[in-house]
Amino acid sequence: MKSMDNKKKKPEFGLLIDYEYCTGCHTCEVACAQEYTHKTGIRGIKVFEVEQTLPNGKEYLTYFPFPTEACLLCPHLTKEGFEPACVKHCMAACMKYGRIEDLAKEVGRKPRMVLWVPR
Amino acid sequence: MADYNVKPRSRDTEIVRSTVWSAGPGCHGTCGVLAHIRKGKLVKIEGDPEHPWNQGRLCARCLAMTQYAYHPDRLTRPLKRTGERGEGKWQEISWDEAYDLIENRMGKIREAFGAESVVFSMGTGRDISSWLCMLAYAYGSPNVMFAMSGNACYSPRIAAVETVLGDYCVPDAAQWLERRYEDPKYRIPKCLVIWGYNIPNTCPDNIFGHWFIDLMKRGAEIICMDPRLTWFSSRAKHWLRLRPGTDGALAMGFLHVIIQEGLYDQRFVEKWTNAPFLVSKDTGKLLRASDITEDGSRENFVVWDSNGDKAVVWDSGKADYISSQPKAALKGTFSVELRDKSRIECRTVWDAFCEEVDKYPLERVEEITRVPKREIRAAARFYAESKPASIHWGLPIDSTPGITPTAQAITALWCLTGNLEIPGGNVVARNAFECVSYALPGAEGVIRLASKEADRKRISVDKYGPFRKFIWRAQTDTVLDQIFTGKPYPVKGLWMQTGNIIAGIGFEPKKWKEAFKKVDFIVAVDLFMTPTTQYADVILPAATFLEKDSVRSWWVPLQSINKAMSVEGCKSDLEINFELAKRFDPNLRWDSVEELFDDILKNSGMTYKELQEKVWALPPEGNSSAPYFRHEKGLLRKDGRPGFSTPSGKMEIYSSLREEWNLEPLPHYEEPPFTAVSRPDLAEKYPLILSTGRRSFAFFNAEHRNIPWLRELDPDPTVEIHPDTARSLGISDGEWVWVENWLDKQKFKAKLTIAVQPQMVMVAHGWWFPEEEGAEPSLFGAWKSNINQLIPMGSQGKDGLGSPLKNLLCKVYKVHA
Ligand code: SF4
Ligand code: SF4
Ligand code: SF4
Repeated sequence: MKSMDNKKKKPEFGLLIDYEYCTGCHTCEVACAQEYTHKTGIRGIKVFEVEQTLPNGKEYLTYFPFPTEACLLCPHLTKEGFEPACVKHCMAACMKYGRIEDLAKEVGRKPRMVLWVPR
Repeated sequence: MADYNVKPRSRDTEIVRSTVWSAGPGCHGTCGVLAHIRKGKLVKIEGDPEHPWNQGRLCARCLAMTQYAYHPDRLTRPLKRTGERGEGKWQEISWDEAYDLIENRMGKIREAFGAESVVFSMGTGRDISSWLCMLAYAYGSPNVMFAMSGNACYSPRIAAVETVLGDYCVPDAAQWLERRYEDPKYRIPKCLVIWGYNIPNTCPDNIFGHWFIDLMKRGAEIICMDPRLTWFSSRAKHWLRLRPGTDGALAMGFLHVIIQEGLYDQRFVEKWTNAPFLVSKDTGKLLRASDITEDGSRENFVVWDSNGDKAVVWDSGKADYISSQPKAALKGTFSVELRDKSRIECRTVWDAFCEEVDKYPLERVEEITRVPKREIRAAARFYAESKPASIHWGLPIDSTPGITPTAQAITALWCLTGNLEIPGGNVVARNAFECVSYALPGAEGVIRLASKEADRKRISVDKYGPFRKFIWRAQTDTVLDQIFTGKPYPVKGLWMQTGNIIAGIGFEPKKWKEAFKKVDFIVAVDLFMTPTTQYADVILPAATFLEKDSVRSWWVPLQSINKAMSVEGCKSDLEINFELAKRFDPNLRWDSVEELFDDILKNSGMTYKELQEKVWALPPEGNSSAPYFRHEKGLLRKDGRPGFSTPSGKMEIYSSLREEWNLEPLPHYEEPPFTAVSRPDLAEKYPLILSTGRRSFAFFNAEHRNIPWLRELDPDPTVEIHPDTARSLGISDGEWVWVENWLDKQKFKAKLTIAVQPQMVMVAHGWWFPEEEGAEPSLFGAWKSNINQLIPMGSQGKDGLGSPLKNLLCKVYKVHA
């Protein structure tokens, strides 16, 4: 098993998302759909909503952008130094693309962060 | 090629820089965009990273422009009705044939009944309002109509602020400064009040919603007034979850805390407001110079000089005292000699204002709003003690017949706390470089009616003060009545430009449908067939913002919309309006569209060509359309003197205009007309609060249901119900339910959510089904999930403004019992 894993290319890049500020605007989804002219139903990223009453009685709304199997990380853009379509357009500017090791350093900068490694 | 800082879609792609302002995303726009064009076709659109407004970002609706522009259902030929109205039978005709037909029919109406008998209607307006006015005025009709009951979207707020301040204000998010938050002049608000607004969804009021998130990241803390759980209310320092429609009471409660605890800016009150003006205790009206001396002017007011113990006149024209500077008393009762030597008792405006505010102790405010008084006090203190603090308000302010007194109270908040015209506060918003194309409330533009005489016939101009002073529109509810009564004159023609009355903006739309059938001739201008266009005699196919040249000066920046591509067969609203305006008025002031643009841009010192090169330009400091402290610098008044352009030159906490209009001059709270408090009889049958109008990130009002990438995000018309309420009604998540009140019932999909409280439901608006049959009776499914059927027409306030669309009553029950 181990040797087979080694043959696969190791992931290098990821998306760091500060979901404290994600407003659930779904821009990232449509940015991706446009970039790849995806058909209806296919998105490289999907945004989920979680609403709950916290133990202190406070209601809270959180949005989680989740890159799907269809996320290719926009190599045609990133190779030339441009940001992925979703990151560029994110209305809350809460997404960041980069090398995993760099993003991993940043993930502890503040709470409510998530680092995705889609590929 | 210029460096756009983006990667072109392909090697043969050309990039065109432009500005968003509908049709397309539907918003009030201003985002800078880069359109990637290949062989004349749009292949991609993205946010312009060089534009200070959006800094490269762009919303879902704008990113879906390729699906919108090339949608198979786009109208691309003028259509002439061949069957009955609503039957859906059409014949394609050429533009020339269409124009000939319109010129002929509307020409005959003008001859027989006068130009005023044609009403020119629009929806949200956007880059349409100016050009629609141009056509209406060229034809000779003063009747331009924003088709919502009580004109209840934004212009009531604008008119209310102008009534007391002479100008409108917006929150300062550094939108006037190229370097934005980094500009050393700017200060991040310590407190941001988000009043009834889920602003990230659709940027409806010419403000980029996510600026407030930028500000939060930089330290701003939130007070959120909202009955619903939103992204902002989750993250607010203070979330005041008020009963829908009680915003006015909450604002009075804030004023109560601020005055009682002395948290106001004493210097501002004395120097810049009309607080020291005297009010006669006899008549209850402002004392005027004409009351005390023979040659005194009615325009001038009176204060009490506590140094000389005498009355002193304030010269409104000069915005200064007539002679020496008195020490104007703020409080007290004074005996003033009138010109006939009799004496009357007077008190100050400040005393009258404080007495009104005193009627709102927090116990009472809690009872009205259902917000615990401890929370109100804490939030009011936090607002008043934060400097700068900024307020941004949304549609709920307009969603009550008591709009104007509510807006007066909120305006008083940002003025009395000294947050007016300071960096990071609430600042005056004027058209960039004072370039005004058409008249928004308060401003006169280059596009005008031929004479003031022609305006006298405007529907309801004689009835409502604000419509004489600020709002150059026909009052919508009165128009609907007049279509049926024909009094004082008949309405014979209707021009409906990109406004979907039946599925979007009209309340009691079945009444509107009947009204359409009473009108002799109807033209519709739109991009798609809608339930409303079905009633037209001629339909003209319009263009998206990417297919036109235009100019935008609404606040800042000054911008050009640059044509990036075209869709064969369509014309822009502007082209349509201009070409027909020339037919109706051979003496039209402009020979070409470019001449018109240059005329609008005169005050900027730029020609349209020059502006197009830049795409956007911000007014420099010192220009009257750039902040800050303009009232001190004399930039708000035509005569260059410090002060405001109100009747008195002061910020009027006691409105002299409202007094003239025989309306309450002071801010106060009015209970909306259809609540459990005002109509307990109705509440017995309809126990739930019915609220509508919340924004979807996927749609702008009635638009975008046909755009696959967007519809996928928000596929069905929903009613939000609290899980406890749903349980008691036996309703499960995703089930179709009836929402019913005394007007009608309509079907929605239940969304069980704690976003709403148990006693309230929130129903999605603007729903129709473009995928269904367009002809009657289906009408694209417009009668299935149309919440507007449950909202009454004719409930506007005493000044003709406001509509109770967020504070009605209903019941909800299962479709399949
Ligand atoms: S990185 Fe590219 S492919 Fe992945 S979700 Fe974002 S836009 Fe889509
Ligand atoms: S674009 Fe940004 S803010 Fe909007 S949903 Fe996606 S991650 Fe969230
Ligand atoms: S809705 Fe907002 S983000 Fe979208 S185009 Fe309009 S202004 Fe820009």
